[in-house]
Amino acid sequence: MNKEYYGKLIFELSRPGRRGFKLPANGCSDALSELPADLLRASSPALPEVDEPSVVRHYTNMSNNNFGVDTGFYPLGSCTMKYNPKINEEMAAGVGIASLHPLQPVSTVQGALEVYYTLQQALSEIGGMSEFTLNLYAGAHGELTGLMVIKAYHMERGDVKRDKVIVPDSAHGTNPASAAVAGYKIVEVKSGADGTVDVEALRPLLDDTVAAVMMTNPNTLGIFEKNIPEIARLVHEAGALMYYDGANLNPLVGVGRPGDMGFDVMHINLHKTFSTPHGGGGPGAGPVGVRKGLEHLLPVPHVIKKADGSYDIEHSAPGSLGQVTGTLGNFAVLVRALSYIFSLGKEGLAMVGPLAALNANYIKERLRDLYLLPVDTVCKHEFVFDGLVDKSTGVTTLNIAKRLLDHGFHAPTIYFPLLFHESLMIEPTETESKETIDRFIEVMRDIARESAETPEVVKTAPHNTPISHPDDTRAALNPIVTYKELCENPI
Amino acid sequence: MDKIYYSPSHEYIKVEGNVGLIGITDYAQSQLGNVVYVDLPEVDDEVVAGEDFGAIESVKAASDLISPVSGKVIEVNEELVDNPGLVNKNAMGTWIIKVELSDASELDELLGEEDYKALCH
Amino acid sequence: MSHRYLPHTPEDISEMLAACSMNGLGELYSDVSPALLLGREYDLPSEKSEKEVRDFFKKLGEKNRLMTCFAGAGWYDRYTPAVIPALLSRSEFLTAYTPYQPEISQGTLQYIFEYQSMMASLTGLDVSNASMYDGPTAVAEAMMMTVAAARKRNRVLVSATVLPQVREVMSTYARYHGIVLDTIAEEDGVTSRADLEEKMASGDVAGVVVASPNRYGVLEDYNGWADTVHAAKALFVMTCEAAALGAVKSPGEWGADIAAGDAQSLGMPLNFGGPYLGYICCTRQLIRKLPGRIVGATVDEDGRRVFVLTLQAREQHIRREKATSNICSNQGLMALFVSVYMSLLGPQGLKEVNSLSCAGAHYLADRIEKGGKARLSYPDKPFLHEFELTTSFDVDSLMQRAMQHGILPGVRLTDNRLLVAVTEMQSREDLDHLADIIDSMPSTL
Repeated sequence: MNKEYYGKLIFELSRPGRRGFKLPANGCSDALSELPADLLRASSPALPEVDEPSVVRHYTNMSNNNFGVDTGFYPLGSCTMKYNPKINEEMAAGVGIASLHPLQPVSTVQGALEVYYTLQQALSEIGGMSEFTLNLYAGAHGELTGLMVIKAYHMERGDVKRDKVIVPDSAHGTNPASAAVAGYKIVEVKSGADGTVDVEALRPLLDDTVAAVMMTNPNTLGIFEKNIPEIARLVHEAGALMYYDGANLNPLVGVGRPGDMGFDVMHINLHKTFSTPHGGGGPGAGPVGVRKGLEHLLPVPHVIKKADGSYDIEHSAPGSLGQVTGTLGNFAVLVRALSYIFSLGKEGLAMVGPLAALNANYIKERLRDLYLLPVDTVCKHEFVFDGLVDKSTGVTTLNIAKRLLDHGFHAPTIYFPLLFHESLMIEPTETESKETIDRFIEVMRDIARESAETPEVVKTAPHNTPISHPDDTRAALNPIVTYKELCENPI
Repeated sequence: MDKIYYSPSHEYIKVEGNVGLIGITDYAQSQLGNVVYVDLPEVDDEVVAGEDFGAIESVKAASDLISPVSGKVIEVNEELVDNPGLVNKNAMGTWIIKVELSDASELDELLGEEDYKALCH
Repeated sequence: MSHRYLPHTPEDISEMLAACSMNGLGELYSDVSPALLLGREYDLPSEKSEKEVRDFFKKLGEKNRLMTCFAGAGWYDRYTPAVIPALLSRSEFLTAYTPYQPEISQGTLQYIFEYQSMMASLTGLDVSNASMYDGPTAVAEAMMMTVAAARKRNRVLVSATVLPQVREVMSTYARYHGIVLDTIAEEDGVTSRADLEEKMASGDVAGVVVASPNRYGVLEDYNGWADTVHAAKALFVMTCEAAALGAVKSPGEWGADIAAGDAQSLGMPLNFGGPYLGYICCTRQLIRKLPGRIVGATVDEDGRRVFVLTLQAREQHIRREKATSNICSNQGLMALFVSVYMSLLGPQGLKEVNSLSCAGAHYLADRIEKGGKARLSYPDKPFLHEFELTTSFDVDSLMQRAMQHGILPGVRLTDNRLLVAVTEMQSREDLDHLADIIDSMPSTL
């Protein structure tokens, strides 16, 4: 990474009169200045004036201060940072979609609709669901929509008093937030000593005011919820539905399906399980699937295949919860996911879950003498350590995470789940080689040793990154969030 | 003489006659870390015992402020707008809101100093 | 089997299993009841080589028709400078996760800071977040923000001249979130001031949402509206496709508290629906109600100016059930798109995009009116680069005829109403061609 070029903002490269792009002329006479002046901007926006080479160098140098899956191992728990195949990128850019307008007549977009339909079908098979919508832009967006489906289901039955959603204490933070945005109250159910949902704790919470139970399986400890059939039975008996948070779907790919485990509604993070790039925080996609009997509740627009083999878009449908996106979703992301599914095929997909689980268990077994394993069981795609075994060093999970950066690895997810004080959540994914993983293990062991011998080195990490530790408190006390504010409060 | 009561959600209330000064305890501030923002209610807002009247934020956490009593907000500590760190410096000396109590018997439901200390251990 | 994405050799697998004291991959799932295991391969095609994948998508691509695009309604055919895909495809940007580790994420954090700065200035407001999914969801979040800020009021008014897809999404979010959403009537293509005042009178309004340019392309005059809305302690929200803000009066200049909408028009390919980017900006006062991620400047231990995710305590992963928004992943890479686009164009370029589009649209509208087969639906109202036509012919027949010539003439609203958008992408010949086709239509209505 590049310390030397670190720092300048594009605004600081600006010189009046420079420009980086020239527009074509269309030979029509000016009309803008004829418009009423009080409907136009009084002053130009404060944008930089920069030439093309400077723009390219500026952003290229910035990219050197970033770390991606293509840079190195990225064991960020619950984020499934697997390799993003390059053919997917090319297909997303090159299948004749760049200038297709979302409101174009369906007869002119049959190829695009076939992509949708084929992916809807493939995800239904993989999730064990009856039907999928691909409209959703992210996992959290999928969760929100899935909960709307559930609410629509109860409303349709006139079952109006269900105002609660139950989530395990190990749930991803988005679960309760999504439930709150969908207008639900949240009830937390405790995990048992084995890290899975405690059926006896759940049982008394289930009554006719519960709309749904949200779970991820395997859970955020990477442990398979083995009581899932029993839980699903109890939940359904109480008249509620089972929601599957697809953030942890990867270890089930090729192995098992949420639909066969009793889940009624689910979402999938295509930017996790199906290899579409995270892009530094999106664009992703969070398709939502439902079991038989709930299909009509899905949002519109929706792609269907007609009897004559052509594809169509439904813009309204009786029972549908309505529209939650402007369009049919992040189409270019969907193309990538379908390209991935085709590239792997059924044989390759069958290996995804097992190899992801193998990589995770291998790391866990090779490090458990030095790192504290709070729940000792076979894990799936990820597992959680509660910091170092040796607590006397004063070295925290944050220190370990930062020290890993010095060795060219991304840090695991830290301080999540909230079940332990020093959570260190490691998810290697199936696309990492044994050599990479062995090197990671070696570094983790070195850090443990270092923590005992020279703890200060670990506590003051990172040492080799483009910047050192930032002052978060200063940032939050007096937030400076634009260049204008920065000019007023120079740093 | 004023008396101090505590809630299990780590607020305190110092009662002077019919008026209570509500803040968060020293234990609460130590758990939160550097406070960067206090979301204050407005004067004349009604507060209800057990319900939130605002929120307090540190860099990595946010916590609702739960009113130990019911009543009407008669003053808010405007100093906290520019200097939320006062809560860390002197939690027990930095009240957040002043409330006119509507039901003094609610105080009986709260904890005394000994019981509260026991709770924090 | 082996696959090009899976590095494990059979020897690797046996060694790793042995380290886990296991004999086969099946043992990794020994805790799962066999009844829950799939026990078969998926009913999906077999593995495809890269060439086969390419051929498959190429064939599908041929089933799409690319046309000269006069369709708009919130999404516009814009030119994408070559620099943008080149920079966006840098792996370090493309394959990074959310910048949770600032020490190795300054690239992402810095472009988000640049994006925030540009969007705040473009909307004339103080602050921006790191992006939203799309325009409609951004406006829906703005609606929820007004209700969160108002605490006890939960009624929001939206103008009938706001884009239909935006109102649809607002309506869904409102229904599930417990917000009462009312419509302010339109009058001759603009929002009715009288209806606003009447609907404000009940006093329980948290926010008012209006657009300019609106769904008909009309530039509305909101002089004095912010005062009316603020007098009732409500928040004033404006929505507008982002590129137009390079020329038209900004939400900040109108006195809006929040601006939200689609930024697709800043050079993003139409891509049949996405990815685009939704933006949301607000006044400094509302920053803690702003959903999603925000990047701020601070210093590192060596005193360098650096960037971090800040105000995270507002966010869903900390607030959990107290969160007023659940957004986490947004459209990160598209914020880089916007930063690069606006850096290349600069203030002058962005103005030229608008003046070219505006000139083309007015030229086309004049030609069509002169032909006499269609007229502007709102002839007295100013427009920027999009206008609604009332036709003397069936819009469907026009669509058919124009598409035979490789032209998508606009968005059909009804049998005799067509919405036409012009951008810098259409040449004078394209404009004349569409006008000629419209002139050739037999008047049937």
